[in-house]
Amino acid sequence: MRASGTASGYLSAAPLALLFTVAYLVPVGILVIVSLSASTSGFDFTLAHYVEALTNGFNLGILSDTLVLGLQVSFATMLAAYPIGLLFMRCGPRGRAIIVFLILLPMLTNTVVRTFAWMIILGREGVINISLLSIGWIEEPMRMLYTRTGLIVALVQIFLPLMALPINASLARINDNLVKAAEGLGASRFYIFRTVILPLSLPGAIAGFLLTFAGSSTAFVSQTLVGGGRQIFMPLLIYQQAIGVQKWNAAAALSIVFAIAILAIVFTMNRYSRKYLRGMDA
Amino acid sequence: MLKLRNLSYETVVGLLAAASVILLVAPTLVILVMSFTGDFLLRFPPRSWSVRWYVELFENSPQIAASAWISLQVAFISTLASTTLGTLAALAIAGRKSTWAVALDSLFMSPMVFPAMSLGLALLLLLSMLGLRPSLWSLTVGHTVIVTPFVIRMVSAAVQQLNPVLLDCSASLGARRTFTFFNVTLPLIRPGLLGGAVIAFLTSIDHVPVSLMLSDPRVETLPVNLWILLDSNLDVRVASVSGIIVAITLVVILVLDRRMLGHVPR
Repeated sequence: MRASGTASGYLSAAPLALLFTVAYLVPVGILVIVSLSASTSGFDFTLAHYVEALTNGFNLGILSDTLVLGLQVSFATMLAAYPIGLLFMRCGPRGRAIIVFLILLPMLTNTVVRTFAWMIILGREGVINISLLSIGWIEEPMRMLYTRTGLIVALVQIFLPLMALPINASLARINDNLVKAAEGLGASRFYIFRTVILPLSLPGAIAGFLLTFAGSSTAFVSQTLVGGGRQIFMPLLIYQQAIGVQKWNAAAALSIVFAIAILAIVFTMNRYSRKYLRGMDA
Repeated sequence: MLKLRNLSYETVVGLLAAASVILLVAPTLVILVMSFTGDFLLRFPPRSWSVRWYVELFENSPQIAASAWISLQVAFISTLASTTLGTLAALAIAGRKSTWAVALDSLFMSPMVFPAMSLGLALLLLLSMLGLRPSLWSLTVGHTVIVTPFVIRMVSAAVQQLNPVLLDCSASLGARRTFTFFNVTLPLIRPGLLGGAVIAFLTSIDHVPVSLMLSDPRVETLPVNLWILLDSNLDVRVASVSGIIVAITLVVILVLDRRMLGHVPR
């Protein structure tokens, strides 16, 4: 314990720091170098790949579309998670255990498997089309698989656990007396939700939002399988450039641009929300 | 009037919660039903029922079996590595406010938001620079980086709840640091450690982008294999694989101690 104030207190972090240097920092450094080089044989400096990544309308469109997809999914997931949280808040220990189980089951199920389930649900002869056809609401099967809406619905389900768990945790921490006090003063439930419950649960919601944003904008499997071939997002673009057409330098530049965009958005939202939350405490 | 508004609030929240819960659970149920289809097409509900795709899976799918074996090895070794190294690191940095501790914590947590496809490409470039071909080991190293944040989060939460008085007691009673570690610290952080290990394992089993970048026909993980099967043609065998995966997931959750899942990362 004596050593905890000095550098030797960090000694037990050294093995992991070493691993991260070799398998994370060095590779990302190489990625940066390759992205700044004209070709893979030797290093001759050029910014051409970045210019291409940021001015080519095709690439830029895919980048912004990917980020927009992430934001759309995050907002929709938040909307879907709050009702679960409010139910969770009301439940006793037993009800809460059941809700946690219902959240964990999909969360711990393989993403490829869940994506596959959405292909079955949204498909031409899928669950929704067959049931709507059989009750006569539609005459022709609807196109849902390989559409933007279908993709968003699937991603919302896939990231709902990551949003619901932190929201549940912060809702469960709200002092019940605050709600009772507001009730006693005659506030309606909608008003209590807006002025007491929502602000106090924002830390959980923001944590969930950031995880969902980073997750859904990089969700390669669901983007390709539910989104289909006509919707291209950044992870697929990087993969195609690298493995498909072997343009390593261009793929590296796209990787860096994508990573910086995601990290910048997550970092900014984190900073901004912390400032906001600190302001609320005061 | 007031009562009526509150009632409508209850109804709205209740209905929305029901919708969300159905959304959460529906895919799992669909998979379980679908895996018993007797059809050659993925239509729902199936026109005939059978276990033929399970039989097909066990008798005629050496590639799927091989990829599942690769996935298990990678997940097992990367879980072991990330849990050991991650726990040691969390013990050093958890709860400390110094610049170094914060910087290390940000570094170890960053793979959670760094796009995995970019990391996969970075690792592939490193391998080719070293003149190496993708192998089980390069895949395992990549997965270790990907899953470490979950271990750090869970173990850090457990370490921060550790009462330092207990460690001081142990020291003042003359226990060595290693003795204190194995007999006081480790038992107390065990729930966080096991929780981190479980999530690390499941994340590794689930991961595609890095595996795809570092895959060659000899080292193809199960999810990469399934992705290829689904991307090219909707292979019905995926339904039976999925059925098995869902069953295993169910067993894992039911076997897990609920206390251990008390601190899921946030």
